[in-house]
Amino acid sequence: MNMPFYVAPEQIMKDRADYARKGIARGKSLVAVTYRDGVLLCAENVSNTLRKVSEIYDRIAFAGVGKYNEFDQLRIAGVRHADLKGYAYSRSDVEARSLANHYAQILGQIFTHEMKPMEVEILVAELGEAPGNEQLFHILYDGTVNDESLWSVLGGEAEAISERLGDSHDPGAGIGAALAAAVGALAGPERTLVADDLEVATLDATLGRRCFRRLPAAEVDRLLDAAS
Amino acid sequence: MIMPRLPSLPSFVGGEDPGPSFTALLAAAGHRLDGLAGVDRDLPAVAHATTVVALRHRDGVVMAGDRRATAGNLISHRTIEKVYPAGRHAGVAIAGAAGPSMEMVRLFQLQLEHYEKVEGQPLSLEGQANQLSQMVRANFASALRGLVVVPLFAGWDERCGCGRLFQYDVTGGRYEEQDFAAGGSGSLHAGTVVKLGFRPGLPPADAVDLAVSALFEAADEDAATGGPDLVRGIFPVVANIDADGYQRLDDATVEARFRALLAPADGLADAPSDGPAGAPAGRSADAPTEAVPDDAA
Repeated sequence: MNMPFYVAPEQIMKDRADYARKGIARGKSLVAVTYRDGVLLCAENVSNTLRKVSEIYDRIAFAGVGKYNEFDQLRIAGVRHADLKGYAYSRSDVEARSLANHYAQILGQIFTHEMKPMEVEILVAELGEAPGNEQLFHILYDGTVNDESLWSVLGGEAEAISERLGDSHDPGAGIGAALAAAVGALAGPERTLVADDLEVATLDATLGRRCFRRLPAAEVDRLLDAAS
Repeated sequence: MIMPRLPSLPSFVGGEDPGPSFTALLAAAGHRLDGLAGVDRDLPAVAHATTVVALRHRDGVVMAGDRRATAGNLISHRTIEKVYPAGRHAGVAIAGAAGPSMEMVRLFQLQLEHYEKVEGQPLSLEGQANQLSQMVRANFASALRGLVVVPLFAGWDERCGCGRLFQYDVTGGRYEEQDFAAGGSGSLHAGTVVKLGFRPGLPPADAVDLAVSALFEAADEDAATGGPDLVRGIFPVVANIDADGYQRLDDATVEARFRALLAPADGLADAPSDGPAGAPAGRSADAPTEAVPDDAA
């Protein structure tokens, strides 16, 4: 009879984390920055149809990097959770904090109990009732939640991008400046990104009930031209 | 990879997955939607909503509904709303038992929004009209016990670039109308007024005036329909739907249209007109088109 080899739990966790990190690092990165009217979400995404950024609820947006089918399942579960909760209670009872906790539980559960961790990093962004109260919940593949308030970077090159954003981010900026800062940080000094490489959406407090809006490529081009 | 059941978010395996349908999701999540199906025949008087109209115009459609709900011979509510937005480019107007109607509207709105979010693009107007038809049909058992819901649905169809409107019956039958539709207890009068004043390609402001005068005439003849209440400042809900989406007219605009409608009959404009007495002269359906700015809609 074959006895399984003993593997230390530290080693199992490390292997899983390495596996998940590698999967995430293969994809492109994504940034969310706060600006005057809310939160701007900008992803490097050559696909026009497979979305990384989407709407969850009136003032809540979702963003994911890594394996598309995995974060898309999480996105749909989030939409269902939010719509069921808003129907059973009231629209104002749907909030990002509770959703982020659910995501963290799921990712933690899968990380420790399943064969394979999810190769995803996700973000739940919410507009506060008052300007300046935006919340960005950044959730890692193992269920770790980071609560960020000014900007958030998801993906393999997060540290370098975050450093660049630190230099250029201004929470009082208009949408054009915020987009330019986000795109500049994503691209780095050696590359230039154009509208076709990007997926851009905002949570814009001036839009009324449903604050989520995608920016069409033409508008992204115009804003980037004006800012440069 | 088959995703394991998520411990704390709604998740479904294989054939149980409700897809983009919110009502299927509710059922899968264990919510009971048929709470009224077992009610007895002798219902206490429940609030009923009345008279709604919708008509096409040059740039889209106008929908309007009075504000009165009645239970038997009593007025049960003076300010209920019967015209609601549904999706970004459509509206739904309800007539029938108020409670089930408002619940149906709420579910319908959620159904459209949920579909749009899950699928990443909105349902077509045709698809929306069919969804509503299924919801009306699902209410048929309640309708037999007196809890009838018969909505009007109208919207801007981006695929054909025109306004379209649909009428329903209790069985969920869906009938697309070319020009106008009216529903509820005052619909005979309201529909006649619109019919007389209607012509293809009406400017939006004229369509608003026609809808407003239709409701006024219906309130004049039908006790269950509320007219403009100048004393309390209650006016019908009027909404314009065009390529820019659903836009409810503010009360001040609607009040101005009513005052213009009543103006030809001297003195009546200031009189309380909840159940107007003498019919003001010169307010034939297409008369009040002068001095109507097109941007009123």
